[in-house]
Amino acid sequence: MTINRRLFIGTLASATAALSAPMVFGQTRPRVVVVGGGAGGATVARYMAKDSDGALDITLIEPSRTYYTCFFSNLYLGGFRTYESLGHSYGKLAAEYAINVVHDMAIGVDRDAKTVTLASGSVVPYDKLVLSPGIDFVEESVPGWSVSAQNAMPHAYKGGSQTQLLQAQIAAMPEGGTFAMVAPPNPYRCPPGPYERISMVANYLKANNPTAKILVLDPKEKFSKQGLFEEGWNKHYSGMITRIGPDMGGAVIEARPDTMEIIVDGEAEKVDVCNVIPAQRAGQIATIAGVTNDGGWAPVHADSMLSKADENIYVLGDSSAQGDMPKSGFSANSQAKVAANHIRGALTGSRVFPAKYSNTCWSLIAAEDGVKVGASYEPTPEKIASVESFISQTGEDAALRKTTYEESLGWYEGITTDMFG
Amino acid sequence: MAWGFRFLLPLTMAAGLAPAAMAEILGDPARGAEVFARDCKQCHMVGEGAKNRIGPQLNGVYGRRAASVDGFTYSKSMTRMGNDGLTWTIETLDAYLENPRALVSATRMSYRGLADLQARHDLMAYLRDYSDKPQNIPEAEPTAIRSAPELPPEILSIKGDAEYGEYLSSECSTCHQKDGSDAGIPSITNWPEEDFVAAMHAYKAKLRPHPVMQMMAGRLSAEEIAALAAFYAKIGE
Repeated sequence: MTINRRLFIGTLASATAALSAPMVFGQTRPRVVVVGGGAGGATVARYMAKDSDGALDITLIEPSRTYYTCFFSNLYLGGFRTYESLGHSYGKLAAEYAINVVHDMAIGVDRDAKTVTLASGSVVPYDKLVLSPGIDFVEESVPGWSVSAQNAMPHAYKGGSQTQLLQAQIAAMPEGGTFAMVAPPNPYRCPPGPYERISMVANYLKANNPTAKILVLDPKEKFSKQGLFEEGWNKHYSGMITRIGPDMGGAVIEARPDTMEIIVDGEAEKVDVCNVIPAQRAGQIATIAGVTNDGGWAPVHADSMLSKADENIYVLGDSSAQGDMPKSGFSANSQAKVAANHIRGALTGSRVFPAKYSNTCWSLIAAEDGVKVGASYEPTPEKIASVESFISQTGEDAALRKTTYEESLGWYEGITTDMFG
Repeated sequence: MAWGFRFLLPLTMAAGLAPAAMAEILGDPARGAEVFARDCKQCHMVGEGAKNRIGPQLNGVYGRRAASVDGFTYSKSMTRMGNDGLTWTIETLDAYLENPRALVSATRMSYRGLADLQARHDLMAYLRDYSDKPQNIPEAEPTAIRSAPELPPEILSIKGDAEYGEYLSSECSTCHQKDGSDAGIPSITNWPEEDFVAAMHAYKAKLRPHPVMQMMAGRLSAEEIAALAAFYAKIGE
């Protein structure tokens, strides 16, 4: 109702200014449209609404009615969380923050007319547009695999039903069966994510299918928190996990979803579950909007998250090419606050403060065995640059690891409250 | 057991901190015994046969991980600091004695702190006589000291820009919930401004152990810390 009316009015606004008369706020409020309701999009919408006191007309476009976080989905695979605990509604953003939440898919951006087209056919005008669409996959990056094969070989790398599917497949593995993961090449969302997932799958299998094996095919020589993960795997899951790096053929593979085989170095491996995490690029709408580079990511200015291609478009989170920050929910949330401050300054004249960014990624290796890595960042003329960083150490005692895990639970509550109110 | 000597507290500048007023200070264990009797004895025991009372027994405190005395129930806050790696050295003990809540926010120790530097060092000299690991060379850990984050008046008198603080707080709220929830991550809402400032400077000086907070505080200026303190002090008012 409100949504439809606003969309309707918005669509016709330029032609029929008279229609704006019945609206409480009038037609003069600057319009910000946010595409994508994740860690970047939900946060930027909420901060703009919270801080602008109704001065901005904010529309959030997100297909899902319930958002299932990709972060912490590994803990669901490991048996540490329920699927329901990952779900969040947009109810508060609509009801308490007066954000116009539209459950639809953005399929077009007209940068000259400054409008976004939705799958339903609606056209939404904007003064400033924020794109925070997460990731999409690079086609053909894993030979033999495509999105049409994602039921046989799930990626489970965007949160939601794919995560449930992967969990069900792991639970249905035959005794002593093989779980395989095709790990992604850099850059990709959540650098420690695939390896936390390996840890969590191992934790599940150790309890439910202890003779099962885990095979990781990895195109990268090194990976995030490698020393910490390998120490943990030896300690908790000795003999269960085999990782084949590029030196042993981990980069040259082919997936055969029909027969549940992976070809490694010319040899067919029969597996029971195959989690294919392909190479990644910015969410499709960023490409459609024409703000991405040859690498498939959207370059932004380091001090504002403003697209280098369009002064009215901001790109947040995984989709952006910003410099040193990892693609993570924490990063997107951090970037969203800088962008919200910048947008409010541009549209309402409020104070614009210097950009500060930070990130911390917690990973769970086994029950109460948590580790973390993080850094702070600042804008330079070229990029968002790392200032200082830290990482958990190998050999830490159990009390510290438990505290780190409990801290990650606190962070989950904190960031989801920061996103959804 | 009782070493009965005066020890010299040299000022080592290894961490590159700004020099404090003190250059070298003598701690006198005899005077420290008087401080202990006056300020500590009601709750703490030290020496032969010392037991936990309202506070934990204090034998062997140097070099010991915080919150690690068997059989004593610590505050959540102290337990967390211990897990994060807080160890009692002259440096950390000095900061704790000076302002307990600046180092361990929700400590159960209901002691306002000992502002007098000499008295603190007398007390620490006294306690060291009952430590299993006195390591009597003053320069050696755990008895080496570097300057505590003595906050000069010009830092304490900064009036925080609460609006800037609100913007800066968006970085805090990724983890710390503004409603004061404290599961897994401590609450920082509605703290007195001076406590907030002292705590953040303790992280900035790497006296408090947590790596995320050391990093976050490390790049905040004194003005920015004051701005945050001003904002957090009045949330919900």
